[in-house]
Amino acid sequence: MIEVSHCDFIYNQGKSQVKVYDDFNLTIEQGESIVLIGPSGCGKSTLLYLLSGLQKPTAGKIQILGDSVKGTRQKTAFILQEYGLFPWLTVEQNVSLGLRVRHTVKRSYKPLVEEMIQKMGLGEVKHNFPSQLSGGQRQRVALARALTLQPDLLLMDEPLSALDALTRERLQGLLLEIWQEQKLTTVLVTHSIEEAVFLGSRILVLLDGRPTKVVGEITNPLVGKSGYRQTEEFFQKTSYVRSLLERGGLDESAR
Amino acid sequence: MNLQGKVFQGKSWGYLGAIVFLLALWQYAAWSLQTPLLPTPQAAIAATIRLLEADLGKHFWVSTYRVVLSTLTAFLIGLPLGIIMGYEDRIDRFLAPLVYITYPIPKIVFLPLILLFLGLGDGSKIFLITFIVFFQILVTTRDAVRKVQSETISSLRSLGGNRFQVYRYVLLPASLPDVFTSLRLSMGTAIAVLFFAESFATTEGLGYFIMDSWSRAAPDEMFAGIIMMALLGVGLFIVVDFFDNIFCRWQHLNGYKEGK
Repeated sequence: MIEVSHCDFIYNQGKSQVKVYDDFNLTIEQGESIVLIGPSGCGKSTLLYLLSGLQKPTAGKIQILGDSVKGTRQKTAFILQEYGLFPWLTVEQNVSLGLRVRHTVKRSYKPLVEEMIQKMGLGEVKHNFPSQLSGGQRQRVALARALTLQPDLLLMDEPLSALDALTRERLQGLLLEIWQEQKLTTVLVTHSIEEAVFLGSRILVLLDGRPTKVVGEITNPLVGKSGYRQTEEFFQKTSYVRSLLERGGLDESAR
Repeated sequence: MNLQGKVFQGKSWGYLGAIVFLLALWQYAAWSLQTPLLPTPQAAIAATIRLLEADLGKHFWVSTYRVVLSTLTAFLIGLPLGIIMGYEDRIDRFLAPLVYITYPIPKIVFLPLILLFLGLGDGSKIFLITFIVFFQILVTTRDAVRKVQSETISSLRSLGGNRFQVYRYVLLPASLPDVFTSLRLSMGTAIAVLFFAESFATTEGLGYFIMDSWSRAAPDEMFAGIIMMALLGVGLFIVVDFFDNIFCRWQHLNGYKEGK
């Protein structure tokens, strides 16, 4: 589905150049749920921006379903950090904006938007503005907006990081449901080890090395099984991810 | 009564109180100074009513026309140009030095020159007010657009938005609250400039009316002009607030409260 081949990404910081990716390769199969985990500034978000087409790799190429990514793509939905909602639009207007900028006629998107608002439990607040919503509601607006685009690839940049524990668990469940139901390919960035193991069918542990290194790749076949969070397997996976992150931390101090 | 109604009523009482307070202050000053130069509020209001039946209304509308047309023109040029300068670095790099150097120059000193080129009619007055207000709106709008976070723009682009749509759906709505603030401030400036421009070589407008009454030593008539000038200012302020409430409704909300 997604083929990242020999990608470099360099950005200019003042006069110096920072090499975030050097000859980076990654293959993602259709229907996978990839989680990227790693310390702040390790280039996780950059990878999402590259996949979304908002940023272009300095060298190399990215292909999705055989087509090179040149700019944003119709079937990719991207939920940015802090949800990327527009404070001047109501919930309903935010949810329909993706379809509006794609020049969909109102008559045809209205039912879809309404369906998504109901599905995400936003019916009562659909005429409210984002500032009047709780963090969890805002995240659900962002999800609703992404899903109205009927994407085949959903990118999420720390979607749940600002939420309280219970809301967070509830939304993790919702994300899992959406992923299983719609057979979406998802790529999610997180700081939380627990979240990574709960949501990722494959977990990539990234470390900031300038360029970024993938220090671990964990397949997680049991993801989505009910009660997974309470199993021994789940505990082992989280410990393993933690050890990879910690070992990276040691490397850091040794350098 | 719903909450909005109550808030509105509360506000109305506040305004009424302010008016009563100002009138009382005026009354007190008139009584204690005992000079023919400062008439009592009653005398001024009586003169206003009397003169409105004559030609004060005409002067009021001429002034309103001048100030509204020029502010509108300044707005319609300053807003798009400010948004473009705030977003397009290449254009800003070219225009910013020009704005930076010309903005602090008091444009009002060009009045003689403007009178020379545009004549004594409405044109020169409208041009001068537009010229001054334009800069205020331009600079505020540009700075407001610069404050827009790149993530907000990325968010729209990720939905498939093109360059035009970034303007339409992000930059314009994001800058509007600041634009309305600058419009409010500009109203004060616009009316001050209007008064100045109308006190020269003209026979129409409130500025002329006030200066003419003054030179005829008719203080109650002069105050009638001042009252109309004040009403013009307050009226325009209310109009700006009205549009602000419509277009920036999201700015005037109570935020999310836990457990609502």
